[in-house]
Amino acid sequence: MRLLTHNFLASNMKGVSTGYPLGLEVVKSTIKEVELNADFLRGILPKLDWRALAAATSAAGYPDLLPAEQPSEAEFFAEGAAEFEDSPIRRLHRALLEIHIDEGTLVCPESGRTFPIQKGVPNMILHEDEVRA
Amino acid sequence: MKLKQLEGLLGGLTQFSNPKVELEQYATGPHIASRMLYTAENSFGDITGKVVADFGCGCGTLAVASALLDAEHVTGIDIDLQSLELAQENADDLELDIDLIQCDIKNLNLKGLLVDTVVMNPPFGTKRNGADMEFLSMGLKAASQAVYSLHKTSTREYIKKAALRNCNALSAEVLCELRYDLPQTYEFHKKKEVDVAVDLWRFVPRARDESTAERHGNKMRP
Repeated sequence: MRLLTHNFLASNMKGVSTGYPLGLEVVKSTIKEVELNADFLRGILPKLDWRALAAATSAAGYPDLLPAEQPSEAEFFAEGAAEFEDSPIRRLHRALLEIHIDEGTLVCPESGRTFPIQKGVPNMILHEDEVRA
Repeated sequence: MKLKQLEGLLGGLTQFSNPKVELEQYATGPHIASRMLYTAENSFGDITGKVVADFGCGCGTLAVASALLDAEHVTGIDIDLQSLELAQENADDLELDIDLIQCDIKNLNLKGLLVDTVVMNPPFGTKRNGADMEFLSMGLKAASQAVYSLHKTSTREYIKKAALRNCNALSAEVLCELRYDLPQTYEFHKKKEVDVAVDLWRFVPRARDESTAERHGNKMRP
């Protein structure tokens, strides 16, 4: 599971109102590099929950990758920013698409219910008594 | 990528070896899957560079097809762990990155407008009534741009009404009719091959808030 997925995944237990953002505890994560697509990142930026992403990036073992508050669009998309190793857009790309959570746990922020992540796959299956009527 | 090339790559995927009848696990054949995704991209631009989710992904055929057509991020969701393991193998074999989530589609909760397109070959609801509409309804809640789905041609009128009235669809359009060649997957299939007519549908979800409306506006720009 990558952190873009974490940014839209929520818990849906009975009695929980939003179930978002899920807490993240990471036992093992890896980085797998993929090509950066600046147009994609520009499109997705306004739809992200930045705080959830920053918290998840920290939890994944990269506390310095993203600032706590979202940088301005100008900072992300400055001329040539995609070429620089350390630019905000490169960091965002890494956070969203290159960090893979292999082993760990997702935690419902309201109920505290935990969902294990094994071999990269979060198990969001609910027990019968947890399902909404 | 050409259609034939896509179909060829999908033809090499590993399918279920022990399909589960209660989940209506029918593999989506390479013929249908390639046409579905090819149409979604070439006629509507709904795959390349998008965030795509495959609901009830099984061994991952539609998810893999999306990734092959350069979806930027693909998630496959299924209740069955064995299917997800197969999907992972299929993605690995083609060196594609696909995220997988184990979840019952009816209990899924996807937030915000991040997911652009949902693709699915839902259970036809023959073993568990209403399963197909449950999938469609969840798909229309999750997608901000479009839902592509397959339904039996015999249910066309019903699907259209239910999608518009009960499932939050702004529009529901049959793009083409395909033949679903079900090989004899289960013992209750008496004939060797069961040829079922299915419709390829494109549903557009109603905008959920202003930012969605704005996105629909953006889409119209060349």
